[in-house]
Amino acid sequence: MALNETDLSLPPVEEVREEMLKLYPSKTRRKREKQIIVNDPDSPKEIGANTRTVPGIITQRGCTYAGCKGVVIGPIGDVLHLTHGPIGCGYYSWLSRRNLTRARDFSHGKEKGINYLQYCLSTDMTENEIVYGGEKKLEAAIEEAWNEFKPKAMVIYATCPVGLIGDDIHAVARRMKEKLGINIVALSCEGYRGVSQSAGHHIANNKVFTDMVGLDDTKPTGKYNINILGEYNIGGDAWEIHRIFDLVGINIVGVLSGAVSYDQICNCHTADLNVVMCHRSINYMAEMMETKYGIPWFKINFIGAESTGKSLRKIAKYFGDKGLIDRVEEVIAAEMIDVRATLEKVKPITTGKRVALFVGGSRAHHYQDLFGEMEMKVVSAGYEFAHRDDYEGRGVLPSIKVDADSRNIEELEIEADPVRYNPRLSEERKRQFAEEGFAFKDYEGMMREMNKETLVIDDISHHELEKLIEIYKPAVIGSGIKDKYIVEKMGVPCKQLHSYDYGGPYAGFKGAINFFEEIARMVSSPVWSYVTAPWDQPASPANETSSSEPVAEGL
Amino acid sequence: MLDGTNATVCERTALRINPAKTCQPIGAMYAALGIHGCMPHSHGSQGCCAYHRSHLTRHFKEPVVATTSSFTEGASVFGGLSNMTTALSNIFSIYDPEVVAVHTTCLSEVIGDDLPMMIKKNIAEGKIPEGKHVIHANTPSFVGSHVTGFSTMVKNTIKYLSGKTGETSDSVNILPGYVDPSDMRELKRIAAELGVKITMLPDTSDVLDQPQTGVYEMYPKGGTKVSEIQAMGDAIATLACGDFASKEAAEELEKKCIVPFSLIDLPIGLKGTDTFIDTLRRMAAVPVPASITLERGRLLDLISDMSQYFHGKKVAIFGDPDHVVGVTQLLVEIGMIPTVVITGTPGKRFERKIAEIVSKVSPDAHIEANADIYKLHQIIKNRKVDLLMGNTYGKHVARAEGNLPFVRFGFPIMDRTGHRLFPLVGYRGAMYYLDKILDQLFDKADREVPEELFELIQ
Ligand code: SF4
Ligand code: SF4
Repeated sequence: MALNETDLSLPPVEEVREEMLKLYPSKTRRKREKQIIVNDPDSPKEIGANTRTVPGIITQRGCTYAGCKGVVIGPIGDVLHLTHGPIGCGYYSWLSRRNLTRARDFSHGKEKGINYLQYCLSTDMTENEIVYGGEKKLEAAIEEAWNEFKPKAMVIYATCPVGLIGDDIHAVARRMKEKLGINIVALSCEGYRGVSQSAGHHIANNKVFTDMVGLDDTKPTGKYNINILGEYNIGGDAWEIHRIFDLVGINIVGVLSGAVSYDQICNCHTADLNVVMCHRSINYMAEMMETKYGIPWFKINFIGAESTGKSLRKIAKYFGDKGLIDRVEEVIAAEMIDVRATLEKVKPITTGKRVALFVGGSRAHHYQDLFGEMEMKVVSAGYEFAHRDDYEGRGVLPSIKVDADSRNIEELEIEADPVRYNPRLSEERKRQFAEEGFAFKDYEGMMREMNKETLVIDDISHHELEKLIEIYKPAVIGSGIKDKYIVEKMGVPCKQLHSYDYGGPYAGFKGAINFFEEIARMVSSPVWSYVTAPWDQPASPANETSSSEPVAEGL
Repeated sequence: MLDGTNATVCERTALRINPAKTCQPIGAMYAALGIHGCMPHSHGSQGCCAYHRSHLTRHFKEPVVATTSSFTEGASVFGGLSNMTTALSNIFSIYDPEVVAVHTTCLSEVIGDDLPMMIKKNIAEGKIPEGKHVIHANTPSFVGSHVTGFSTMVKNTIKYLSGKTGETSDSVNILPGYVDPSDMRELKRIAAELGVKITMLPDTSDVLDQPQTGVYEMYPKGGTKVSEIQAMGDAIATLACGDFASKEAAEELEKKCIVPFSLIDLPIGLKGTDTFIDTLRRMAAVPVPASITLERGRLLDLISDMSQYFHGKKVAIFGDPDHVVGVTQLLVEIGMIPTVVITGTPGKRFERKIAEIVSKVSPDAHIEANADIYKLHQIIKNRKVDLLMGNTYGKHVARAEGNLPFVRFGFPIMDRTGHRLFPLVGYRGAMYYLDKILDQLFDKADREVPEELFELIQ
């Protein structure tokens, strides 16, 4: 059913869209028109995504470096991360993403590990290097970092100036790797290389794949061995997923890259299945691991209790073992007791309330499941840096035009490993799965799961968000730090879905419970009702008669 | 916590670990937010702008809007003129500011974009609406620190906008330095108490400490108005607070409009505030009201009452240079011993100044500019201190060193709220911080002393 048919107080969605667009100069309007789409779940329309942000528009987006260091590689806590560039880039990406890290995870509990994420390392480039080149300083910095920490591996990130002055960070990394005898991985992830963080994800995937994955062939010990790709342990999500997998008896070889050690990444090609959480940031890795090592992948989602159950069932079915399938059902049944109890508690508060989500490259989709479980209505959603396939589904991949910005990023030519390629699925099983409608390499995208006539907005601008709030008056907005206080100044609570506002976990069953309680708190908080001081309340007989009564009562 | 930190100091020449500074543009962005109706614009790739907005937001817990030229590879090769032109057209049509304050990033600096030329070209082509202003500051991050960026933006605001009518007004200019809205509010209160008419630049109070009203305003009522900035050239004098953040702007105004200035330290602590008030009253030729003297007396009373608890305690301090100078001065006034004093911002004059302040009480203090928090931590490992003072990034050090009492001040504070509400400057600021220091020292003792030494009264 179309959104405004179920809610008569809403204006026609085309009008809302026009409200957002009408202020724009014509060139900007033409661009934004392609990125604001009235949804049709049955046949998703083409959306402009992964294109340049118009200069001068207030955007949520960050840069390639942020996507590479901040998102994909940054969470690996037992390697040293060194930013080559002026101080800012390294400084801002220092502990600012909430990928929680536990030092003891690095040493399997045996010895005390060091959490290197507490350290921000930078070459702190000065004018001298800008003029004469920074390779020498980088080399010296690596040496000094080695002296100080003796890490098992180091990762070096280039920021904007580095590419421009032409430092060859890869040559430096090679030299120092040889000299120090540790793995040193260099990334050309200068901020300007792409239109958003997304370019950085791709660059990071490539390097992690070529320079880490596959270094250690030790066979895993579990009966069922899987990797979770695109899970970054924000607020402890990966730990909750670990807890559930321990209960069902599935061994996680590696998570890319939340709560993970370098050794686990080097060894993760020995798993028998890759399940993908955040499609946007890690699909490249899933594809490359399949081609080179024969590990199949499919999309799952652990955000939402129902979704978690569904994902677990799919994984169990993949392994096809009756014992595992039964065990999964037992765990789901046991975990759902508390989930249902919480839902019963919150639903009277949340049902029917409106929500809009603008975040990331997968969360705007995943979190709709959680809101759906609370019977809240998504009026609009969009990603900050996703591509068309994240909106319209992977079916559109062949028709995506590679533009100049994407062409900058290397597509690796991957071949099957002559020795280690081991297709985990026989042709026979593949056929069986296909017959049963069990999909691999599947991502249907966000649009198919959203209601008709909701608004899908890519790279939402400040102006559009303001209009949206004015018109739809959502009960809660899911977004990030740059929007949070803008939204809240408008009297609407805003849940940060990057940092979780320092709460969480929100994944899995326990996470769902946390989230339900948090959202119930937010939409029922009395704070928004105190905005008008008693003396500014519209005059009413009650106001006039007894001045000592608290007037705000019952608001 | 910080388990990789070595107690042995190896000199580093190339590697910064846990910086005590950040890059220029964020300071420029902050300064621009203190101009009324101003849109800060970051000319470079959008990542820097995203980082700066996020970081400021985490400190103020307030909306921080800014636009960006959103460079991609093309602009990095061919220059940013076309991005700038599109950006200005969008900014004025969509966000309608009075002023756009452009700053550069490393990217536009390295490719050598000529901002004044770009602005002139846009004006010449009629692309800047009548009566609106575009100003700029070059803020290369490979020089100085965020404080430099702040200083340059304030200076250039004056350069672009201040003028002289020839008639001296009855107003004094106050350049408050890179301080919080709560500090600016406090300095304005003191000036009002003295009955001195002032113009403060920048002024982020009523911009970055907005009330919850249910209404969002992109340009809140605060900020120094363009007309006020224009009139700064007619002022009696300029009172510039903080060598690193305010000196250049004061010099610029003197050069441009022949407004004399006094450069003082940030008005932190007893003497710092004394100097501020004494200088201001001389400039405006007004008497100091009893209310101010009473305030001073109450601070002094607090110091004398609690002196035994401050006396002889060793303190490690890090932060921005002007702040650290002020806080070190305050600590000396109350009998504490600044033992390690560092800033991340380069500048030998910081070292000289601190050496002078601590010379009597702590002649062997470790004083270092252009240093980092890793180094500070190493030194603390070798020289026991009783208290750590710095920004949020000190919390790991405090915990690693056995829950060292830790008082946050300066920028950024991302995990506490006090700085949003209460000033560091003025007598009141000093009272508030002394109270915080005592809380930290007493709380630790109350948690850890043997039961028989647990005191009810102190
Ligand atoms: S590139 Fe320069 S301006 Fe941008 S965040 Fe890094 S240091 Fe700061
Ligand atoms: S855009 Fe470039 S300079 Fe800015 S934060 Fe990203 S890498 Fe650093």
